[in-house]
Amino acid sequence: MKPPSLRRWVPSSRALAVAPPFLWLGLFLLLPFLLVLKISFAELQFGIPPYTPLAQFQEEAVQLSLHLRGYILLFTDSLYAATYLNSVKMAGVTTLWCILIGYPIAYYIARSSPAVRNLLLLGVILPFWTSLLLRVYAWVGILRNDGLLNKALMGLGLISSPLEIYRTDLAVYIGMIYAYLPFFILPLYANLVKMDLRLLEAAYDLGARPWQAFWRITVPLSAPGVVAGAMLVFIPCVGEYVIPEMLGGANTLMMGRVMWNEFFNNTDWPMASAVTCVMVLLLLVPLALFQYNQVRAQQPGGRR
Amino acid sequence: MTDSRSPAPHNVDPDEFVKLVDVVKIFGDVVAVRSVNLSVRRNELFALLGSSGCGKSTLLRMLAGFEDATSGRILLDGEDITAVPPYRRPVNMMFQSYALFPHMTVEANVAFGLKQEGVDRAEIHDRVFEALDLVQMAGYVRRKPHQLSGGQQQRVALARSLVKRPKLLLLDEPMSALDKQIRQKTQIELVKILEQVGVTCIMVTHDQEEAMTMASRLAVMTEGQIVQCGTPQDVYNFPSSRFVAGFIGSTNLFTGTIVVDEPDHVAIESEALTRPLYVSHGVSEPLGMEVHVSIRPERVEVSRARPTGDYNWAHGMVSHMAWMGGYALYQIRLDSGQTLEASVPSLQLARMDAPGIDEEVFVSWTADSATVLAT
Repeated sequence: MKPPSLRRWVPSSRALAVAPPFLWLGLFLLLPFLLVLKISFAELQFGIPPYTPLAQFQEEAVQLSLHLRGYILLFTDSLYAATYLNSVKMAGVTTLWCILIGYPIAYYIARSSPAVRNLLLLGVILPFWTSLLLRVYAWVGILRNDGLLNKALMGLGLISSPLEIYRTDLAVYIGMIYAYLPFFILPLYANLVKMDLRLLEAAYDLGARPWQAFWRITVPLSAPGVVAGAMLVFIPCVGEYVIPEMLGGANTLMMGRVMWNEFFNNTDWPMASAVTCVMVLLLLVPLALFQYNQVRAQQPGGRR
Repeated sequence: MTDSRSPAPHNVDPDEFVKLVDVVKIFGDVVAVRSVNLSVRRNELFALLGSSGCGKSTLLRMLAGFEDATSGRILLDGEDITAVPPYRRPVNMMFQSYALFPHMTVEANVAFGLKQEGVDRAEIHDRVFEALDLVQMAGYVRRKPHQLSGGQQQRVALARSLVKRPKLLLLDEPMSALDKQIRQKTQIELVKILEQVGVTCIMVTHDQEEAMTMASRLAVMTEGQIVQCGTPQDVYNFPSSRFVAGFIGSTNLFTGTIVVDEPDHVAIESEALTRPLYVSHGVSEPLGMEVHVSIRPERVEVSRARPTGDYNWAHGMVSHMAWMGGYALYQIRLDSGQTLEASVPSLQLARMDAPGIDEEVFVSWTADSATVLAT
C-alpha cells in the first residue's frame, strides 16, 4: 500500500479509464465553446481577427472589457427572438413527423426476421453513403416548379399549375424530415429490438388485445428510444443551415442562416458568437438536463 | 380467493376438466408435439415432465394460446378453446422468467389483467391486495420488479396470474430462476397456495424432483409424445419403459430372457447377474423374449454374507462409494462386469460396518423391488 499522501497524486485506474472521453469533450466541446463565449463579449473591429481582445494591459492596469452589444441587440431586435422561436418550431415539427414516420419503420424492422432486418437497416443507413449536400440538392430537382414532382403530377393531369413547394417552409420540412429520419429510426430500433417479447405474451395472457399490449407495454418501454431519437433530430435541426439555405425561401428564418449571415456577410463575429451562446444556453442546456434526468429515471429499469 | 365464476354449464367429467385430443404441433418440418392425448382433473396440479426439446413447452404454449395447434382439439371445462386467442382464454400463465412489466409497480403489474377486463377500480384494488396478501407481498406494492429478489418476483408473478381467477393456471418451469437453496421451500409454499386457491394447474418442468414434490399427477414426455402418465409414486415405482425408469430417478437396468411367466410372477435369466431374477408380477410375454428389469438403487441391499435364496442376488466388488449424508451411494462391479448402484441408508451402514472400496459384497433385492420393462 502506498501512503495516503502519495496515493492522492497517483491517478486511480478508474480515473484513467474515464479520462479519454472527458479529455475529448474538453478539447473539442468545452474549449471551442469557451472561445466562442470569449468572442461574444468582444467588440467588432476591422482587422485580423475582426474583434477586440477582452483583456488589455495599459498603464500598469489590466483592463477587462466585456462588450454586451451582441446580447443587447439579441434581446432588443425582435428578429432574433422570432428566429429562435421559428427554429424551435421547425425543429419541433420535424421531430414530430420523424416520430410519426420513424416509429412504424423502426418497429417493423425490429420485428422482422434477422435476415430481413439487416437488409432493411442497410436501407436506412445507405443514404449516408452520399453527401448530404447532394441529397438535398436532389430534393431541389424534385420540388422545383419545373421539377420531377410537378412534372409527374401535371403529366398525370392531377394538377394544372405547378405546386409551389420549392423555396417554402414546406420544402424545408420535407428536406429536414428526410435527412434526419435515420437518426430517429436507429436509436429507436436499438431499443425495440432488445425488448423482451415475452412481456407482450404476458400482456395477451392477461387479457390485452395486441393493440392494447402495444400501447401499454411496447410504447412505454420504447420511450427511452423515442427520446434518444427525438434528441438526435431536434438538436441539429434547431441549428440546421444547409437545408433551409437550399430549400427554404427568403423568409424562412432559422438560427443557422442568421449565424451564417453574421459571420460571413456582416463579418460580425461577436454578434454571431452571441447568437450561438444564447442558443446553447436556451436550448441545449435544458435539453441536456432533461436527458440526464431521463437517463437517471431509466437506469434501474435498464437492468433485467 | 373465492370462486366467483358460474358452475360449469356442461356436465363436464371432473376427471376431464382439461382435455387434449390428438394435439399435434408442427413447426416447418419439425414435429414438436405428435398426437398428445391428455386429461387433467379439476383442481389438480399436473406436471409435464421432460428434458428440453421434448415438446412440453410447446404444449403449454398451446394451452395458453400462444401457439396454434396444427391439428387436434383442446377442451377446457367442456369448452373447445383450440381457436380462442390468448387474451380471451380463462387461462393465465406464470412465465419462466416471470415476465413482470419492468415499467410498472408491483400493484400495477397485478392490476393489469383486471384493468383489461374492465373491473371497476375499487374491486381492482381489493382483489389486487387479496392476491398480494396470498403470496405475502402486500407490503411491496410500490416497488418496481427490479427492486425485488428472485423469490419475490416469482410471488408477484404468481399473484398476477391468480388475480383473474383463471380456470386453468399454467406454470412454466416455476423454479428454474431460483437459487437451489430456496427452491425446495418455495415448491412446498407454492403447492400450499395453489391448494388454498383451489385452481387447476399444469406445470412444465425438466426437474423430476420438482415434479414429484409438487404434482399430484405427472406425464413424462419425450420426442413430442407422452410416454407415461400417473401419480409420481406410480411412475416412479412402475415405470413403463427404460426411458421413464432412467428419467425419473436413477435405476439399475438388466437385460435378460423370460424363463418362467406365471400370472403372479416371472423369472428372468440375465447374464449380468449370478442368480436369475424373480419378479412378483406377471408380464404375459412369450417365453424366451428379451426384456429389461429395473431395480432402484434404494431397493438394493448390500451385505457381506452370501444370500440364501435361489433368486435375486449377485456377487461383486465395491468400485466406488460416495457419502451423501443421509445415505451412501455404492457402485458395485458385479462378476459379469456390469456396474450396479445401491444406496444404503446411514443407519444400516453403521450397523454393518461399511464395506470399503475393493471389498467383496453381495447385493440382493426382494421380488417386489424389480419391474419388468418390455421396451
